[in-house]
Amino acid sequence: MSSTAVEPRGWFKALLHVNGWLVYIFFYAPIILLVVFSFSASRNVGVWGGFTFEWYGEFWDSQATRDSLWNSVQIAVLSTLISVVLGTMAALALERFTFRGHRVFDALLYLPIIIPDVTMAVMLLLFFAQFFDVINAVFGTDLRKGFSSIVLSHIAFNISFVSVVVRARIAGMESRLEEAAMDLYATRWQAFRYVTVPQILPGILGGGLLAMTLSLDDVVITQFVTGPGWTTLPVYVFGLIRKGVTPLINAVSVVMLLGSVTLVALSILADRARSVGDT
Amino acid sequence: MTAVEMPVEQDVAEATPEFEAAAARHDRRRGFLLALPAYGYLVLFFAIPLIIVVVYSFATRNRFGGTDLSGWNLDSYQKLGEPIVRDILFRSLWLAILTTVICLVISYPFAYFLSTRSPTVRNVMLVFVMIPFWTNFLVRNYAWRVILGNDGTLTKITEAIGLGEQELLFSQTAVVLGLVYGYMPFMILPLYAAIERIDHRLLEASRDLYANGFQSFRHVLLPLSMPGVIAGSILCFVPSLGAYVTPEILGGAKTTLLGSYIVTQFLTARNWPFGAALSFVLMAIMLTATIVYFRKGGRTL
Repeated sequence: MSSTAVEPRGWFKALLHVNGWLVYIFFYAPIILLVVFSFSASRNVGVWGGFTFEWYGEFWDSQATRDSLWNSVQIAVLSTLISVVLGTMAALALERFTFRGHRVFDALLYLPIIIPDVTMAVMLLLFFAQFFDVINAVFGTDLRKGFSSIVLSHIAFNISFVSVVVRARIAGMESRLEEAAMDLYATRWQAFRYVTVPQILPGILGGGLLAMTLSLDDVVITQFVTGPGWTTLPVYVFGLIRKGVTPLINAVSVVMLLGSVTLVALSILADRARSVGDT
Repeated sequence: MTAVEMPVEQDVAEATPEFEAAAARHDRRRGFLLALPAYGYLVLFFAIPLIIVVVYSFATRNRFGGTDLSGWNLDSYQKLGEPIVRDILFRSLWLAILTTVICLVISYPFAYFLSTRSPTVRNVMLVFVMIPFWTNFLVRNYAWRVILGNDGTLTKITEAIGLGEQELLFSQTAVVLGLVYGYMPFMILPLYAAIERIDHRLLEASRDLYANGFQSFRHVLLPLSMPGVIAGSILCFVPSLGAYVTPEILGGAKTTLLGSYIVTQFLTARNWPFGAALSFVLMAIMLTATIVYFRKGGRTL
């Protein structure tokens, strides 16, 4: 027990413990049940009918789910890479420099985080209704809503999340180390490359993993900016759920769950590296 | 500015005022160039779309479901006063407030409990709060759909303990349950951050001065953790108000909420100006909440 904490006594203490356990049961019971039922042979979702891998097989055999999974992965990777570069640059600029428009940029960078999904979806829908037409008219290209509009939208919200995570890391870092490197005749670029980057790397990784999670999670914005014939796994599953629940959805959900858990595990590792990685 | 931002030319080490000014200018340009790609991106793909929404909200819907941008009017905003729309607005507000209050009541003791654990236990417990926070939101809502369904686990439990068959799915209760489930980590984390920072000796001191448990909570713990309460409440309230996925999966036709109503305006009703006006209202509430947060709570996250 922490020595400074006031340890509550009696029934109050018991109540706190019970509340704590209930919160964890509340958080995890639904997820665990979902995993269990994804192996159930019964066609009736939520009823145990013996063990089977059938639904995972069906997931793998279905061209639609496989295609949308592949779309999701491509979109997540591409939008994460771009938003990590842009977000890290923005974080460095805001934490290490003052420039004209500093405060406006700071505010603009916060907005995509706090704005509700639905509003951002509406904004981008109206925007893309014209944007590609304008671009096509000017440059004679043939851009259509679909892959590119989804990636562009995901970058728009991911830049902010990446920069928040990276900024937190830069704020906790001493600029004296860079000064020392430059005193030792490192050029500005060398100081950045060999001192700054290794130090903020855990922040960049953490931000990237968050961006990837958000991109793989998004339903509302993607649904608004996608074009005909283009769907991501969450949007596809959302459509299925609205038609009715099937054991196939259980299996797909568990696959998505596994994806999330992998990303959390990696982000915890990146977070660990924060305390160790100060080399 | 510190010495880091001095230009690389080390041989001009003399710090004349002209040199300093030139260095500062150089520095500002460098910072601006570094920010430029993200800045430009957000102006193009965020600020301009935002302005387009505001413009659309004053436009007129024509007979073909398209949008007429020539005649400006306030029709879409007047429509907000219609009984159906008012009902949806109030229902959304009420469910978002209810969700926030339930989250707060459960999370506060939980966050306090967390802060009294030893550092090792605390870290493990925190990780297990973070996992749902990272887990796919759609999947977490879907899990409740399975549990609350006709032969779902919860129905079996209520039957077994003699409460009879509870029709929870597609009700407001189910929606609130889903929202609480979805946004509780957003409440726990800032609350924990605020409570953990409090010097627990202050609580001991209040007890030494003959405050009872409730008094030391009311006059010491609660005021000191207020930034966390405000931050958590806003982080819960704003997404609950604009929720779309949860009411679509767990709610029914009778529980249309603001988020779904906005989506309907765009994807089925094709009344874009009205949808834009509704989005603008949602955004205005969100902005007000955020300003309150920065005024009262500061940046506790």
